[in-house]
Amino acid sequence: MENIQFDLMAVLPELTVLCMAMFILLADLFLKPKNKIVIYGLAQFTLFAAAYFTVGTHTPAVGYAFSGMFVDDTLSDVLKLMILLGTSVMFVYTRQYMQLRNMFRGEYYALVLFSVLGMMIMVSGQSMLTIYIGLELLSLCLYSLVALDRDSAKSSEAAMKYFVLGALASGMLLYGMSMIYGMTGSLNLAEITSVLQESSPNNPVLILGLVFIVAGLAFKFGAVPFQMWVPDVYQGAPTSITMLIGSVPKFAAFAIAIRLLAQGLQPLTADWQEMLLIMAVLSITIGNITAIAQTNLKRMLAYSTISHIGFLLFGLMSGSLNGFASSLFYISAYVLMTLAGFGMILLLSRKGFEAEHLDDLKGLNQRSPWTAFLMLITMFSMAGVPPTIGFYAKFTVLQAALQAGYIWAVVFAVLMAVIGAFYYLRVVKLMYFDAPQDSLAISAPYDMKFILSINAVALLALGLMPQTLMNICGAAIGRSLQ
Amino acid sequence: MLHLNILNHHVLSVAIWLPILAGIVVLLLGSDNKAAFTRWLALAGSLAAFFATLPLYTKYDFSKGAFQFEEMVQWIPSFNINYHLGVDGIAVPLILLTSFTTVIVVIAAWEVITKNIAQYMAAFLIMSGLMIGVFSALDGILYYVFWEAMLIPMFLVIGIWGGVNRVYATIKFFLYTLLGSLLMLVAFIFLFHKTGSFEVTDYYQLPLSLNEQILIFMAFFMAFAVKIPMWPVHTWLPDAHVEAPTGGSVVLAAIMLKLGGYSFLRFAMPIAPDAAHYLSGFMITLSLIAIVYIALVALVQKDMKKLIAYSSISHMGFVTLGFFIFSQLGLEGAIVQMISHGFISAAMFLCVGVLYDRMHSRQIADYGGVVNTMPIFAAFMVLFAMANSGLPGTSGFVGEFMVILAAVKYNFWVAFLAATTLIFGAAYTLWMVKRVFYGDVANPKVAELKDLNRREFLILAVLALMVIGFGVYPKLITDFTHVSAMQWLDHMAISKLPVAGL
Repeated sequence: MENIQFDLMAVLPELTVLCMAMFILLADLFLKPKNKIVIYGLAQFTLFAAAYFTVGTHTPAVGYAFSGMFVDDTLSDVLKLMILLGTSVMFVYTRQYMQLRNMFRGEYYALVLFSVLGMMIMVSGQSMLTIYIGLELLSLCLYSLVALDRDSAKSSEAAMKYFVLGALASGMLLYGMSMIYGMTGSLNLAEITSVLQESSPNNPVLILGLVFIVAGLAFKFGAVPFQMWVPDVYQGAPTSITMLIGSVPKFAAFAIAIRLLAQGLQPLTADWQEMLLIMAVLSITIGNITAIAQTNLKRMLAYSTISHIGFLLFGLMSGSLNGFASSLFYISAYVLMTLAGFGMILLLSRKGFEAEHLDDLKGLNQRSPWTAFLMLITMFSMAGVPPTIGFYAKFTVLQAALQAGYIWAVVFAVLMAVIGAFYYLRVVKLMYFDAPQDSLAISAPYDMKFILSINAVALLALGLMPQTLMNICGAAIGRSLQ
Repeated sequence: MLHLNILNHHVLSVAIWLPILAGIVVLLLGSDNKAAFTRWLALAGSLAAFFATLPLYTKYDFSKGAFQFEEMVQWIPSFNINYHLGVDGIAVPLILLTSFTTVIVVIAAWEVITKNIAQYMAAFLIMSGLMIGVFSALDGILYYVFWEAMLIPMFLVIGIWGGVNRVYATIKFFLYTLLGSLLMLVAFIFLFHKTGSFEVTDYYQLPLSLNEQILIFMAFFMAFAVKIPMWPVHTWLPDAHVEAPTGGSVVLAAIMLKLGGYSFLRFAMPIAPDAAHYLSGFMITLSLIAIVYIALVALVQKDMKKLIAYSSISHMGFVTLGFFIFSQLGLEGAIVQMISHGFISAAMFLCVGVLYDRMHSRQIADYGGVVNTMPIFAAFMVLFAMANSGLPGTSGFVGEFMVILAAVKYNFWVAFLAATTLIFGAAYTLWMVKRVFYGDVANPKVAELKDLNRREFLILAVLALMVIGFGVYPKLITDFTHVSAMQWLDHMAISKLPVAGL
């Protein structure tokens, strides 16, 4: 009895999200269209309640629940908080956008909350089965969210593509897991580690299983050579959904990468390091070079994401606590930048007009200097120019990779960063050096403008004072991985 | 009393953050509707920032060569990164030059800039603080942050207020500099993993094998050679200079180029002294190519700004030459040359700006006989041209002469090639002056030119005083540099190679 109580306490945040998501789905049926704003309030309340419980039940120690299938450690708490916070910010940014496009409905909020639930389960997964269930919950919600604008052919196409490729990747991941299970006889990550440490890890079936797992992870991250879906889905999905796909799920992907590779398959580190190295270098190269040719802002950000993932992998592949912490720092910075970048697209969009072309940014400095300044910070942060947080993100992963001895890969990465800087600079050029094409005033709700300002200025402020975030990332990794 | 305390103990912090703060205030309060207010506000900010740097002169201890005015606060303990500031006799004159030039730039923009005035003034004020930060940072990452952050305002200045081809020029400027700096960052990270800190002084003590030193030196070289700029990575400079507004050209030539030179002395050479000796032949060759070849390139330019830009590259060749012959005279000559070039190039670009504001052309062929309509201006221009070609009595002579003297001791032929600049420099500068100022008035627009107004006269007069002042009494600079240069050379003479058998 006590055990069940303990188990339920451990999943209190998840339970909150689950119950509220179902409640929202029901409540939606009984609300008149003009009262739909209540749903928005409920969704925000859910996120805050879950965050409150996450903080409230936090302990520095590592706790296991449900016979070791679920773990509650600092890493999972930190990641859950970041996921909840990021989703909340996303809700603020997308409210008006969804209202103007007739997508402000209960199922949007319910689906997003279910996907948040999926992410939270992934983050806490200690068994391959838990991880897989969380991942599928997240993926299925995202597939349907992409198709939320059901009259748009582009969205449906993107959703179809996403679904087919996503299902394939899930299949690969599951296949890899089954091989590992076959070789070790356990689904529990801790048990897998101890079995692997005793037996010789040079078993071909094991390596094959690892390859499939890494491939599945790479797909979820959007790393080369499994990046094909990223640009199409980013461009085809409604911008608010693109923002969701591009931001918080990366935390969950990071979490399962840590759980599977750094915890479960830790004895195979030397093998997955090489795989990640190849993917990292390819992602940085292809992401940065292809981004130059884009004229669509969303598509450009998609390729920019691919290159960011490459940098993230640099931290992971170092295989040290320092490297994992730097990757966590990178992903946090990346999500902040992505939220700001897509927030800006949403800010400039109006009813019947999507500000998704690069040319839509022309002369922004004359239309609204403050908005242009916020975008300027975001772009320089993405390019990794100090004093923004993007610089420290690149700095931390590169120093971890250098410590692990990948000196030439690091030199290559910084050369690619110069190429990357070009297309971010081009955005700044459009905003500051060109004449505006569009003179309509920018209309957005005050709360959105306010949060977006804080979001972008935080990129600068955290760049001047990065220590706190570094401490959080260091503690999350240090306390959870031994 | 508390505020006085802050001024006394945090001279460098105030020097860095006051202009940045002033820039933010100008950005917030100023606008094109309140143009006059914005300008006066910016002037007040730049003057305050200039006065804030004066304690560096009055309170400097000339008998010591070590770092002074040091400040040290933990910044990012995870990576042992500190907010560590400090200056020696090499940095102080450059900091004073920076804050002085900012005042000049603000005044020079007075009636010229009419679009986005607040942003323009703020960009220069913020840039000034960041550049002083570069000159005073003693922590690798702090230095790197200032170094990179400075690119952002300059990028905007060239791109927003520049000429026709500004976008190409400014993106080229940014990417060139970024490429070099990122390699420098890799070098810093490498050194961090060796020593566990980003303290420059720790790096000075770190023994390194020759291979490591060469790699580190080359990484720094990529960053600084682009900035100085040295042949063959100089091509961004003529583009950037030509397209930049006058203020941008002035700051680029007077200060940004010096950042490269200064950084060689602070980082590349003392961290890797054996590599610096090992590669000195290579560096001297590059310097001589810059001095001779670029001077010839300057000779054939049709655009006045481009000509001065090439002349800058050629003069900066003297600076690197002075560094790499490793003698007290050469080193001090190089530093004097940096300061002197700061004033002369600023003055030359301002003179071109004076003409451009009236005629909207920088082509030499469009002018001729300007002396007839602008006699006072012509007098100034001739003075600065003489200084640029190294006439004794002007500051341009002192540095070049010291470097050439030192070079004679090092190798006669090196000195011989370097000395050709006295001929080529005179040739391209004076030939330009002849074509622009003398001869018949061919262009009817030239006949309508008005001479300097009071504002322009004031700026040029102050700069002329400086050029003559430092030419007659260069001791003002060498007082600062003497002891520091001696210590620097002592440090460079000690090998950092691990002793064999240990």
